Amino acid sequence: MATITEDAAGHAAEAAGHAAESAGMPQLDFSTWGNQIFWLIVTLVVMYLILSRVALPRLGAVLADRAGTIANDIAQAEELKQKAKEAEAAYDKALADARSEAHKIVESTRAEIQKDLDAAIAKADAEIAEKVAEGEKAIAEIRAGALEAAETVAKDTAAEIVSALGFSTDGADVDAAVSERMKG
Amino acid sequence: MATEAHGAEESSLVFHPMDQFIVKPLFGDGEVHWYTITNATLWMAIAVVVVLLLMVLGTSGRNRVPSRVQSIAEMAYGFVYKMVEDVAGKDAIRFFPYVFTLFMFIVLANLLGLLPMAFTPTSHFSVTIVLALAVFLTVTVTGFVLHGTHFLGLFWVSSAPLVLRPLLALIEIISYFVRPVSHSIRLAGNMMAGHAVIKVFAGFAAIAAVSPISVIAITGMYGLELLVAFIQAYVFTILTCVYLKDALHPAH
Repeated sequence: MATITEDAAGHAAEAAGHAAESAGMPQLDFSTWGNQIFWLIVTLVVMYLILSRVALPRLGAVLADRAGTIANDIAQAEELKQKAKEAEAAYDKALADARSEAHKIVESTRAEIQKDLDAAIAKADAEIAEKVAEGEKAIAEIRAGALEAAETVAKDTAAEIVSALGFSTDGADVDAAVSERMKG
Repeated sequence: MATEAHGAEESSLVFHPMDQFIVKPLFGDGEVHWYTITNATLWMAIAVVVVLLLMVLGTSGRNRVPSRVQSIAEMAYGFVYKMVEDVAGKDAIRFFPYVFTLFMFIVLANLLGLLPMAFTPTSHFSVTIVLALAVFLTVTVTGFVLHGTHFLGLFWVSSAPLVLRPLLALIEIISYFVRPVSHSIRLAGNMMAGHAVIKVFAGFAAIAAVSPISVIAITGMYGLELLVAFIQAYVFTILTCVYLKDALHPAH
């Protein structure tokens, strides 16, 4: 029992010594203040120099550069959008122009073809009429030729028959008689 | 026997939540002189190294489309820049590198201090009082340099009835001189309290029965402390901006 108490006492003494060393709150141990303040000032000065000389100007430049790039890009995009709109309008106009042009061409071509067609029809009609007239004339000629041939054959036959019957006659009489009959 | 068991349990429960704040030499076991390289020196140096890595090495690409590290650096830059511009005004931009240095130092010291075995420089009043006094002196000197005796108009509330003005001036002067005190103790107190509470919970983890609860509590506290570490840096910086605004535009 006694040893335990002794141990505890020793422990307590050790703890007390420890506590005395740290003076309860190490924050209030003023013997370390000089050390901390010195190193704090060193740290702050070093950090300030690093930041103000290198890091912050660099970051400021990077951010400004980015802001500038973004603004530029937006302006450019706006411009391109405008251009695209203009191009679209031009395209639409060109399309409408082309359409009306095509319409015009179709119309004029149609009229031309109609004209050609009309001319061809007229020409064909004229040719046909000519052919018909020719044909009719040929038929009339053939008909006249046939009549004449028949008359000649009739006259010759009559003359032959007359001579065969033993009558001498001159051709004129027989011809006249045949012509007379044929008219009848 | 029973007392022995009780004693053993008690000795395992002996914890020193404040031991983590002791400033001790990094090499050897001697006395702490002003120039001694201590654990405080080490963790401040680590903060400087992190600043170098994050703000200088991370931005060395100067990428128009930022890398991950550069984008963190830009976020910090934009965060503090906007704070200075919005709170203290456009003409306070000349103090931006100074405010940014304060913010980076505090936020890094706070966050690095959350690493296990780390030392938190900002949990010491010596550090935060110097930071706050630097702000206080900057504000006071800037105010007098820019506005001369008109800077005293800060204490003379011209919109109040004449009878009340001396009383208000007294209150204003007291509040003005209390600023560095509240400014520094808020930061150190928050950091110290959080770390000490975590250590207390960690001490309870030695008892098997409550150790799961203790671990869960530490986890929760740790998340909260991450938030506090950032928020305290933010609060310190925004108050600096508010005080700078007084120096630049002392009229009420």
